[in-house]
Amino acid sequence: MKNGKVVLKLGDDISTDIVYPGRFMATVLPTETPQFAFADNAEFNGKLKAGKVPAGGIIAAGKNFGCGSSREQAVSCIKGHNLTVAAKNIARIFLQSAINLGLDIVICPELEAAEGDELEMSGGKIVNRTSGKAFAVEPLPKARQAIIDAGGLIPYTRRLLTTRP
Amino acid sequence: MGMTYAQKLLAKAAGKAHAAVGEVLEPQVHLAMSHENGALVINQFDEIFQGTGREAKVWNADRIAIIFDHRVPAESSKTATNQKKIREFVAKQGIGKFHDIRGDVGGICHQILAENGYVRPGAVVVGTDSHTTTHGALGAFAFGIGATEMASVWALGRILNVEVPGTIKVVVSGKFPEHVYPKDLILHLIGKISAEGANYKAIEFHGEAIRNMPTSGRLVLCNMSVEAGATAGIVPPDEETQRYLREEAGVKEPLELFGPDPDAVYERVVEIDASALGPQIACPHTVDNVKLINELAGKKVQQIVIGSCTNGRLDDLEIAAKILKGRRVADSTRMLVFPASWRIYQKAMSLGFIQDLTQAGAVVCNPGCGPCLGIHQGALGDGEIALATTNRNFKGRMGNPKAEVYLCSPAVAAASAITGTITDPRGLK
Repeated sequence: MKNGKVVLKLGDDISTDIVYPGRFMATVLPTETPQFAFADNAEFNGKLKAGKVPAGGIIAAGKNFGCGSSREQAVSCIKGHNLTVAAKNIARIFLQSAINLGLDIVICPELEAAEGDELEMSGGKIVNRTSGKAFAVEPLPKARQAIIDAGGLIPYTRRLLTTRP
Repeated sequence: MGMTYAQKLLAKAAGKAHAAVGEVLEPQVHLAMSHENGALVINQFDEIFQGTGREAKVWNADRIAIIFDHRVPAESSKTATNQKKIREFVAKQGIGKFHDIRGDVGGICHQILAENGYVRPGAVVVGTDSHTTTHGALGAFAFGIGATEMASVWALGRILNVEVPGTIKVVVSGKFPEHVYPKDLILHLIGKISAEGANYKAIEFHGEAIRNMPTSGRLVLCNMSVEAGATAGIVPPDEETQRYLREEAGVKEPLELFGPDPDAVYERVVEIDASALGPQIACPHTVDNVKLINELAGKKVQQIVIGSCTNGRLDDLEIAAKILKGRRVADSTRMLVFPASWRIYQKAMSLGFIQDLTQAGAVVCNPGCGPCLGIHQGALGDGEIALATTNRNFKGRMGNPKAEVYLCSPAVAAASAITGTITDPRGLK
């Protein structure tokens, strides 16, 4: 995560139905999903579509972010707007899909941040420059680093296919 | 040190004698399931092969299952075009376990996998659907993955980076009281341990109430284990598993059954007495917001839904039909029934359940996922309340963020249809 401003503050147990409502699931391609990001939050979705949310912005969420369905649209729609997710913790399927697609995610169990706060990543912690408080970041699972380094699961799998017997 | 069921199964699938909790493995996949989101999997799969000079060919066409269930028959040209793309891929790759929109072999993916004997004890099953945990009821290690992960599985035949999970042992003693069902048990458990209480862990079900439970009930428990965040829900296979696979799923070949080691180490043990349970309701907008029915009795509901991969099986329809036979769905509500498969639908027809339900005023739709996630039929109006036997009550779930969904057992749903309010089936005359 680079430094950025909190563009959306969310609570605990934000499901993939909130991130990408089921009724838009017939749309699957990462090039088309960003228009439906947080579609039931008319204000935020409107700002996204109007280009009023700057790239590099941070979605600050509570516990169990991305719980529920395995729909990958919930990941690709956020990535399409070049936003970062910083959450207290992240549900399993969402976390894996975020790593697979290269969505920027940060797990920060004690994170306190309000909309508009400026956050800064440094040395394994997030510093909230607005409040002056610092919060430890939990490293992503080590085994996933190879996928992140390869630029996502598609190039990683491509490499395995062509290098393994 | 002994191993849990998940440790043993994953070690075996990865070709190892032992697997420690936290160890990262690349197990072989025995079955890889997708539904309409196969359209995205195909897209990602083709991308993997780009520039490799290799033909984009799946690792094993017999181990891939694709079932159309989320929007059947297609609700839009977009869906129809996705389904067409998948049919072409299925034909080109020679994928055999394909269930199209048909009144004989069609249905909801998780029921189709179970009733056709595609899932075996000891198997690693992955699906691009979070409720893939269902198949732990047959002794598989089964979990949901994203579409890109599935594309990688289609290419490699293995699933990368599976962390061997710690296990929560749930021991259920006693007998279920009348009108109390596995759905009430799993809602109670989720309420007790919370929606993230089993995150990144497996749940292993044990005890007298589980051993006496038919597979149809075990499927409910494992299906909803993911609502506590579990990677997998598992019932170690036993005689009932064999009976189901032989008699109901038509499996002929030998089955290899094993259980957890007697000295397996669990992260936590949760004990529940089934005989002390009553009907439970999960209130909006999280599945762990669980209350006893008496706290909600009398609340008006505008839509009742019985069905889905959770509670659309023959015994669920039977419970509803017996309660509704000779009675009438209240004018102030509407009742929709979605059987989990066409095989179930046809059995329910021959047993008279469909007639009992429709004569009471219920609308019996074709098997599918539609209303459960608000994508096809059964949407709610602003301010409306639904009472459903489905698995999620998230905001916006039944197609409208200005509506509310409450979750319950088929008995509660059927009893409530008669009154148009949340009603305890134990009080029915």
